[in-house]
Amino acid sequence: MIELTRRATFSASHYYWNESWSQEKNEEVFGRCARRNGHGHNYTLEVTVAGEADPVTGFVVDLKWLKDVIEHEVLWEFDHRHLNLEVREFADNKLIPTTENIAIAAWKRLEAAVGQAGGSRLSRVRVYETPEIFAEYRGEK
Amino acid sequence: MAKAYFGRRYMLSASHRLHAESLSADENRTTYGKCNNPHGHGHNYVVEVLVGGEVEPETGMVVNMATLDETVQQTVLKRFDHTNLNFDPLFVNQVPTTENLTKVVFDVLKEALPAGELEYVRVEETENNFFQYQGQ
Repeated sequence: MIELTRRATFSASHYYWNESWSQEKNEEVFGRCARRNGHGHNYTLEVTVAGEADPVTGFVVDLKWLKDVIEHEVLWEFDHRHLNLEVREFADNKLIPTTENIAIAAWKRLEAAVGQAGGSRLSRVRVYETPEIFAEYRGEK
Repeated sequence: MAKAYFGRRYMLSASHRLHAESLSADENRTTYGKCNNPHGHGHNYVVEVLVGGEVEPETGMVVNMATLDETVQQTVLKRFDHTNLNFDPLFVNQVPTTENLTKVVFDVLKEALPAGELEYVRVEETENNFFQYQGQ
């Protein structure tokens, strides 16, 4: 089995807020991330696909195809957006757009599409919020 | 509930000398090359820590980053940053290669973090070489 990883970047804003908590508790737990006007990051999304190299093409999946899948499934809705206000997984306080939850949301958007490429499967999604902070999801195990 | 992973990278500057007491001076020079220079040398190490766990529904987090930072600060960075690794008690009986540093940092953090949380420790000695340990 080979693992292939494609990187992509998107820029978005967010804030952390639990609607069932007081302002004081939100500020205590989330610190600066709780500021209601939000702040932003240049995120890096790493998508890892596992499979066997095709005997004819030598590819696990076509990287251009994977790039387009990432673009259609994730980037066009995440890039240059306010995650809390404009992205369906997080809007209306459904989910706090932490790096962990962004990784899980990206996984759920990518899993079915990646699985359609015969024989390969989504193996890992990693989201870097900054070069020093990242979260990763490997699906339900 | 979903298991996810949270990773954090820290920088640590330290010096070391690779020298095994059990080897002769010649053997040390052959084995370790310029890393055996008697006065040591230093690196800006990057310590990458990956922790895993359920995403807490209330916070959307696997771990509170401030808590993780504080643990790493108190147990690893305070101990090793801007020091000579060879003088740390943990390296009295072993050569401070980055392999051994990685294992030492893993063991220290395993002890300090809540049970089952630590997934791996990766230490990058330079941009071109790194070591990873996830326990036995």
